[in-house]
Amino acid sequence: MSDVASPETTVSAPAATGHTAAAHPPTTTGLTHNKLAMWLFLGSECLLFGALIATYMFAKSRLPAGELGPNDVFDIPFTSVSSFVLLMSSLTMVLALSALNRGEERNFRVWIVATALLGGTFIAGQVYEFTVFYNLGLGYTTNIFGSAFYTLTGFHGAHVTIGIVMLMSTLVSSVRGRLSPRNAETVELIGLYWHFVDIVWILIFTIIYLFPQ
Amino acid sequence: MTTTSEPPLQLTAGEQLVRPSTSLGVLSRPKGEVGWKSWLFTVDHKRIGIMYGAAALLFLVVGGIEALLIRLQLAVPGGNVLSEDAYNQVFTMHGVTMVFLVIMPMAAAFANYLLPLQIGARDVAFPRLNAFSLWAFLAGGIFLNTSWFLGGAPDGGWFGYAPNSGLVFSPSHGMDFYALGLQITGIASLVSAINLITTVLNMRAPGMTLFRMPVLTWMLLVVQFLLLFAIPVITVALFLLSFDRLFGANFFNVAAGADPLLWQHLFWIFGHPEVYILILPAFGIMSEVIPVFSRKPIFGYPFMVFSGIAIGFMGWGVWAHHMFTSGIGPVSVAVFSLSTMFIAVPTGVKILNWLATMWGGRLRFTTAMLYSVGAVAMFTIGGLSGVTHAISPADTQQTDTYYIVAHFHYVIFGGSLMGMLSGLYFWWPKAFGYKLNERLGKVGFWVLLVGFNLTFGPMHILGLQGMSRRIHSYAADSGFNLWNAVATAGSFVIAVGVLLFFWNIGLSRRRARGAPPLGPDPWDARALEWMTASPVPTHNFDREITVTRQDEFWHRKWGYDENGKVVRIAPTAEVAHDGSAKGVHLPSPSYWPVVVALGLPFVAYGLIYNLWITGVGALLILGGLYAWVFEPPDDPEDQAHDDHHESDPSGDTGNGADGGGSQDHNGGSADGDGARPLAAAGAPAGPAAESSGNQP
Repeated sequence: MSDVASPETTVSAPAATGHTAAAHPPTTTGLTHNKLAMWLFLGSECLLFGALIATYMFAKSRLPAGELGPNDVFDIPFTSVSSFVLLMSSLTMVLALSALNRGEERNFRVWIVATALLGGTFIAGQVYEFTVFYNLGLGYTTNIFGSAFYTLTGFHGAHVTIGIVMLMSTLVSSVRGRLSPRNAETVELIGLYWHFVDIVWILIFTIIYLFPQ
Repeated sequence: MTTTSEPPLQLTAGEQLVRPSTSLGVLSRPKGEVGWKSWLFTVDHKRIGIMYGAAALLFLVVGGIEALLIRLQLAVPGGNVLSEDAYNQVFTMHGVTMVFLVIMPMAAAFANYLLPLQIGARDVAFPRLNAFSLWAFLAGGIFLNTSWFLGGAPDGGWFGYAPNSGLVFSPSHGMDFYALGLQITGIASLVSAINLITTVLNMRAPGMTLFRMPVLTWMLLVVQFLLLFAIPVITVALFLLSFDRLFGANFFNVAAGADPLLWQHLFWIFGHPEVYILILPAFGIMSEVIPVFSRKPIFGYPFMVFSGIAIGFMGWGVWAHHMFTSGIGPVSVAVFSLSTMFIAVPTGVKILNWLATMWGGRLRFTTAMLYSVGAVAMFTIGGLSGVTHAISPADTQQTDTYYIVAHFHYVIFGGSLMGMLSGLYFWWPKAFGYKLNERLGKVGFWVLLVGFNLTFGPMHILGLQGMSRRIHSYAADSGFNLWNAVATAGSFVIAVGVLLFFWNIGLSRRRARGAPPLGPDPWDARALEWMTASPVPTHNFDREITVTRQDEFWHRKWGYDENGKVVRIAPTAEVAHDGSAKGVHLPSPSYWPVVVALGLPFVAYGLIYNLWITGVGALLILGGLYAWVFEPPDDPEDQAHDDHHESDPSGDTGNGADGGGSQDHNGGSADGDGARPLAAAGAPAGPAAESSGNQP
């Protein structure tokens, strides 16, 4: 118990010199608050999409015979192309972050715009797809498959859209000179979100489009 | 997990308290320490905690009045106090209010106030998000209750079973308010969960390893993880219900092939973890109160922690015991019966450990202790009746009867609420600088305990006699008359007990005026929050605390002589901080959390009435978020950070630990103004901090 009386002495001892403070944020885990929080948020999002996908599977299995179903509307080649576009946006996202880390501001902007454009193309594809389905007779209220399909893919599309808004915000920040390698972590976190949304799409594409109906 | 050698926060002393005036940001940040604006725009976790608590007590009155209306209606057979329709609304809103607007925010009050203090931190990781959680919760709660004046409150039960909660069977807007209101409070809970987990994992004082954290901190951490993963599931369920009701989707449209079990599964996958979200904070509080007033360390600390974690995990595998009579099949019923029995084991471990903590202790029956012991006893009764539900044949008889009502009131009222009342009496002096009156408190406790048992004890009998839940009235020859009358009488005794509590607040507050200030440690307590002044100063601790063992504060006050007897080794005044530090950097208040939170009910009203209102809400949210992001950072020096070393008088500062490059910034999607270090106080010598890893 000898240390009890003066526990503060450890604090006032000369700091260990040479610890690389700049390399490690001063947090208990070593992760910054923002990054830890983003991971936690994405963990929570897994349950959101998990529940939505489960709802879709459940709804699809309950679709009465003779109703307009997945086989009647899905256009696998088209959706494969738009899925490929979305996956490529993850690559450009990585390139954007890498450019920012190296201080190449111009390249960063190019890759950010590319990422946002690829995401936008995917969204445009989704709008086109929805329009085609609607013209085939599948509305939101038509049957249980329609409700579940539009809800699930709509939630995903909303996530991509929010991602595009965040990408464009970083672009504006960069143009206005507010972005530097110092706040690369902000871009990294947007990247985490972006990759997560892409991974969710891989699941959705596989389970909803590719699994035998 | 061990801590890294970098401390999670640095404290400094000696500078003037300077709120950085800023030239960097686009907008200004609010200033001022007093007045209503300082509360509206505060990001201080202690003020936010107090406001959570005040709101929860307010809603307790609302929910209590609803409870009394239910009991008045059922006092005599054929009651006509409420119409059938009004009765449905009242029992629905009673449940919703008590679960989402009383117990959960009260737990949030304790979490906000105590978590940072118990781990020796300056504030939570994201102070502005914390403020947002409070205002979003309040917005959701008020939104829900405005339904009373807008054509009728929700009337489908707090569980909102679809399709009963669909448009066909519930045509008023009530269930829309339910679905959207809970969505808003869910956002608040989710944000709060992310914030508090980050706080606990990332901001512990040097030496505060996970297994030195107080049990309350542990239980609150488990609760935040439950929220993190349970809230998105109810979010989906509520969205589906909203889409059905507002946009004509078919998720619960049985005519289109839908299965009502979908709602039940989604709701209870959320709903059963929710049960532990309600009870675990009270478990944590009892685990703090009982050791202090037994003058013993908590018995079996690791068992206490691991049983809490086990409850957290197993809580995900028992949801279908709410659905034994829904036809889910014998295999499912058997599996969920077993898992439900198993989850009683870690709960039993906890009860044993509380009793063993008291065993041989020097017991002081303060009001806080009485409430804790009362909560252990009442929870045990409720837990045992809960185990009877695990036996599915018995449950088939009990389900949807007053036996169930008795069970969950014993665990939620007798366990959660009594545990939280214990916490209120215990930490009241810490938050406000004066104790609540003990004599009145004890009288209040006994009144509440007697009233509680009078009300809910007879419901066991009523339930086994076959009285259904949620019935509006019963016939005089059903044989329910006596015990219903007793229960109604008991409910008014409870009301007296609650009123005594409020009276106690007023009385103690009046008497405290002019009284000498209370010391930091009125109960001779154990955890770190007692190591600073009461009420806690804005900056929490004057100096950084290096933790070397569990119950650090206690061991700084008390040691052992050569015979192994406990002796005082230092007076409290010497150990505790007096709260006089100056110049501690604190996160600045902010306008935007309240603006963003205000946008949420607009969106919700708009979805019900007119999409233009939704547009206004969306603009508020979007504008608020952008203003939030481009708000000036707390500390302009953050980026050029080396001009504050000289001002630290202790002269023991080494290199700054706040390397600007790795600091979180006010940009992007996340909240950037965590309580980040301002001054570079000395980092503890790494080896010293690490070598103390073995607990004595």
